[in-house]
Amino acid sequence: MKTPFLTVMLAIVSKDLRGEMRSREILSAMTIFAFLCILVFSFALELDRVARQEAISGALWVTLIFASLLGFNRSLAQEGDQGNLDALLLAPVARSALYFGKLLSNYLFTLLVALLILPLMTVIYNSDLLNGWLLLTTALGLFSFSTIGTLLSLLTLHTGSREALLPIAMLPVALPLLLTAVRASTNILNGAPTGQWLVWLQLLAAVSVIYLALGWLLCGFVLEE
Amino acid sequence: MTAKTKNLSLLRTVEATPMPNLLKALTLLSLVGFCCTLALALFFAGTDIQQGEIQRIFYIHMPSFFGAFTAFGLTVLGGILYLWRKSEQWDRIALAGVEVGLAFALINLVTGAIWARPIWNTWWTWDPRLTSAAIMALTYAAYLMLRAGIEDEARKRSFMSVYGIFAFTSVLVTLFIIRVVPETIHPVIVGASPQNAQGGFEATSGVVIALLPSLLLWLTLMPITMIWHRSRLERRLEAVNRLKIQMLME
Repeated sequence: MKTPFLTVMLAIVSKDLRGEMRSREILSAMTIFAFLCILVFSFALELDRVARQEAISGALWVTLIFASLLGFNRSLAQEGDQGNLDALLLAPVARSALYFGKLLSNYLFTLLVALLILPLMTVIYNSDLLNGWLLLTTALGLFSFSTIGTLLSLLTLHTGSREALLPIAMLPVALPLLLTAVRASTNILNGAPTGQWLVWLQLLAAVSVIYLALGWLLCGFVLEE
Repeated sequence: MTAKTKNLSLLRTVEATPMPNLLKALTLLSLVGFCCTLALALFFAGTDIQQGEIQRIFYIHMPSFFGAFTAFGLTVLGGILYLWRKSEQWDRIALAGVEVGLAFALINLVTGAIWARPIWNTWWTWDPRLTSAAIMALTYAAYLMLRAGIEDEARKRSFMSVYGIFAFTSVLVTLFIIRVVPETIHPVIVGASPQNAQGGFEATSGVVIALLPSLLLWLTLMPITMIWHRSRLERRLEAVNRLKIQMLME
């Protein structure tokens, strides 16, 4: 008899959250990296106030993407290193439940980092980033990014140099997300009328749905043994 | 079967199987077609009034992108069919599609740069379409790197099928980006150009007569013929590797 889908998913999420509460290995690395990244951007763009204003959404997304790459690598390495993934695959549960469980916990970590760095960027860049629409864009973009990130990190788990290969495999595939998310956030931050950027948010939502469907269809093939 | 006869039978799989007649015909047609379309582009098509002779590179530039499109599309098809049927032949086609498509994508980038030097006065600019085309080529370079990194054969095949399907999004982005992002300077020949486009020209009947055969050739015959040859080569490579392991084990 198979354990219900939702039970498996929530069990994996609670396992990851409990592990993280005790070790704080992933979140601390991601957060410190994200803070450093923002500071580095801030110094690098210091020369020109206008350029810095225009670069905010670019800096935000590059920071979030690099930080989540770091998180995905660690999160899956934890599963792989001690053979936990093999044990999970032996359990009589749906493969897609394992994928969606890892996806949800990865998403929660990236979202938490985003919620920490948005106030910090509001202060450093002197621009209001705690806008409802921007939060929605961030939440949606990060969800979609976690969808492909979880799938591709399962894929690079078995390669010799996974830390190096995940960004190489992932950044090109994430391009449609990055493009739409940066466009939408730039326009939201510049206070452009809704009509100008809503189409980017809709495109982002469409890409997210496509990636989620692909992830659901293909996760069974990267989780086989 | 003794070890020696087994080796001999393995050795036979390494030898080339005779080329099917259809493949011979396709190869010949591609070669003749390539020469004919090149002649059409170089001698038949009129010289562009504004751009001069350099405009003729367009008859290679645009078809090569569509050749890459077909090749990467076959990678998706091969990936889906491999995951479904688990037949190694489909995976070989997917790999061949990546290599052929990558070569076409590089031809596309290089011819574009050569054209842009006199027309835009620069080899390269960070235009949305140029950037996405470069990222598309990098995506498939990443495919080859990933493929080299996975040791287990069966796992390699199914993982790379998954990645081949995902990678196609970069092709679609490159195809549609100039219709979505308005501030590109890349001209659109079929349909209305973006208002900032520089270096566009009219698709007059002379242009169409030279372009259409070339486009059809690069879209269908050339990628399919090359992928067929490459997947045959891959099968022999696999046989050589099996033979090598066999010899080492004895």
